[in-house]
Amino acid sequence: MPQEKGWKSLSRGGVILEPGNARDYETGSWRTFKPVVDREKCINCMFCWIFCPESAVIVKDDKMEGFNLKYCKGCGICAKECPKKAIEMAKD
Amino acid sequence: MQDLVEIRWHGRGGQGAVTAAKIFAEAALAEGKYIQAFPEYGPERMGAPIKAFDRLSNKPLSLHSQVYYPNVVVVIDPTLIQTANITEGLADDGLLIINSPKNPSEIRSELNLKSGKVYTVDATKISLEVLGRFMPNTPMLGALVKATGLVSVEKVLEEIRGKFAGKLKEELIQGNLNAVKRAFDEVKGE
Amino acid sequence: MPKIIARTGDDAVAEAMRQINPDVVAAYPITPQTEIVQFFSDFVANGKVKTELLCPESEHSAMSACIGASAAGGRVMTATSSQGLAYMWELVYIAASYRLPIVMPVVNRALSGPINIHCDHSDSMGARDSGWVQIFSENIQEAYDNTIQAVRIAEHANLLLPVIVTLDGFIISHAMEQFEILDDDTVQKFVGEYKPEYSLLDAKHPITYGPLQLFDYYMEQKKQQHEVIKSASSVVLQIASEFEKISKRKYELFEEYRMDDADIGIVVLGSASGTAKTVADKLREQGLRAGVLKIRLFRPFPAAELANSLSHLKALAVLDRSDTFGGLGGPVFEEVCASLYNYQFPDGHKIPAVNYIYGLGGRDVTLDHIEKVYRDLEGISRTGKINNLIQYLGVRE
Repeated sequence: MPQEKGWKSLSRGGVILEPGNARDYETGSWRTFKPVVDREKCINCMFCWIFCPESAVIVKDDKMEGFNLKYCKGCGICAKECPKKAIEMAKD
Repeated sequence: MQDLVEIRWHGRGGQGAVTAAKIFAEAALAEGKYIQAFPEYGPERMGAPIKAFDRLSNKPLSLHSQVYYPNVVVVIDPTLIQTANITEGLADDGLLIINSPKNPSEIRSELNLKSGKVYTVDATKISLEVLGRFMPNTPMLGALVKATGLVSVEKVLEEIRGKFAGKLKEELIQGNLNAVKRAFDEVKGE
Repeated sequence: MPKIIARTGDDAVAEAMRQINPDVVAAYPITPQTEIVQFFSDFVANGKVKTELLCPESEHSAMSACIGASAAGGRVMTATSSQGLAYMWELVYIAASYRLPIVMPVVNRALSGPINIHCDHSDSMGARDSGWVQIFSENIQEAYDNTIQAVRIAEHANLLLPVIVTLDGFIISHAMEQFEILDDDTVQKFVGEYKPEYSLLDAKHPITYGPLQLFDYYMEQKKQQHEVIKSASSVVLQIASEFEKISKRKYELFEEYRMDDADIGIVVLGSASGTAKTVADKLREQGLRAGVLKIRLFRPFPAAELANSLSHLKALAVLDRSDTFGGLGGPVFEEVCASLYNYQFPDGHKIPAVNYIYGLGGRDVTLDHIEKVYRDLEGISRTGKINNLIQYLGVRE
């Protein structure tokens, strides 16, 4: 997290001037439990990718490849929504 | 002209009292007066009794209240003589200008008026003859101009032409101009 | 050459908008503002302006559209009255917090209920804490002049704030008076071209308007608004002096009428100021030293300058065309009292000040009403005694 700015250094009207600066906000630091995928059970249905609120599910060549732990906040939605129970939340 | 002249128009919604008040003010402005023209603010409905006002002055006008003590009252619909309190607040030396086929003396006795001046003109007849319909506002303008001498009749005719050019048929504009002139000639006062 | 013409207040404001030629106007009609938008739509239809005119289904949507268009970098105007402004409420605050230089003539009309279409100031006073600059107009000339100046004030690089210009419903909006209209070219040159620093349409520099700010940043954002609107007074004066060069008409934060040697004074805003001046003139002839202070800039409130101007009075009345119901009288009275409380009088004295609530829902304010106020003040200045701190003027018991 960058140092919080005082009122004098805020942009006019709170406008965000750097596009995509949500990337700087690493929500991975919030995590207590992390998702672990069982590749045997996964059918690459992409439910986890659709539901993940932080877009932390890594997908490559139409295959679910795991989680970006810089942004995964450990909410467990992926585990809850997985139709094959292929994701388990484990102590980080 | 005295420093401030206030005029109250009585008419019914749709008879053009507000338009006449505005034309009169615009003519006065063109002759160097300071002016205001405004309706009695309200939802204007066809046929409802309405009032409109003019203020003319030789000095800039800053007053923005309604008119309570008019120097001149113009009644463009004769049926209002009985129903509206047309002489309310009228100054002792005030002018009452009425659309009526009657003589000023008859009106004076009907209204029991002891002072001021009363003018009458049959604006209804003029309007029907000249325009073919009941639009008594322009003939009453002619009567007002004659009775008060506040602005020239030429300037009023000019304003009417300017206001309606391109909006009304030439025939109708000419009719309105003739209505002003006829009323100017025919108005009687005492 | 400037020309003297006779128009209604709404018509004059529409003429100012034509000369300004904004990029976008989004507005919804409401009495007594309707004719502004009606006349302006004629200009759009007849190709007199290049404005994109949006007619959304409500004032809420109209202000939303204005916010979007302004954030996209356009010069944006709208106009409203009464319930329309009330219906805009949440967006009015948002426009100010985003620092969008939208200009909005407000034709003052009473808020319901009971439903009423006539003038009082309860509508714009309801928006007094929204962060908009608010400029009041006495007559048609001022409504026209203020509308043109508002564009420059709103877009001033040090400010970038939305501006409300008021005119009294019906009394000014529907009355015809003469006023001097400037040349189209002169106005165009005066307002110049608006070059926004940020624009949502600038694809090369993508930006975000309206992010979530919680307890971590919201307060800093509000402090920014608090500070920036304070600087509006100097911007208003700077633009007024530039405007004087093209119009020969002088505008300040407030107008002092026969205040120099006045013993008793009335603080008032809007069209009743002219009526008060007429009465002051008459009472002066009778030897009463009466003055009028007409507030032009209501937001930001010129507290120190105003208190200084009133400081020599022996008694003072503030006229309010709206009530705060449960507050200390009307909103202007509250501001004036607070200003005087914080003013350092050299000898520590206090000016007796009273409040009159007048003209609600279009109740006419007459010469007699104003004269009564001055007569009351004359009594107070003699005895120092206030019998009635806050009263309704011209009301039936």
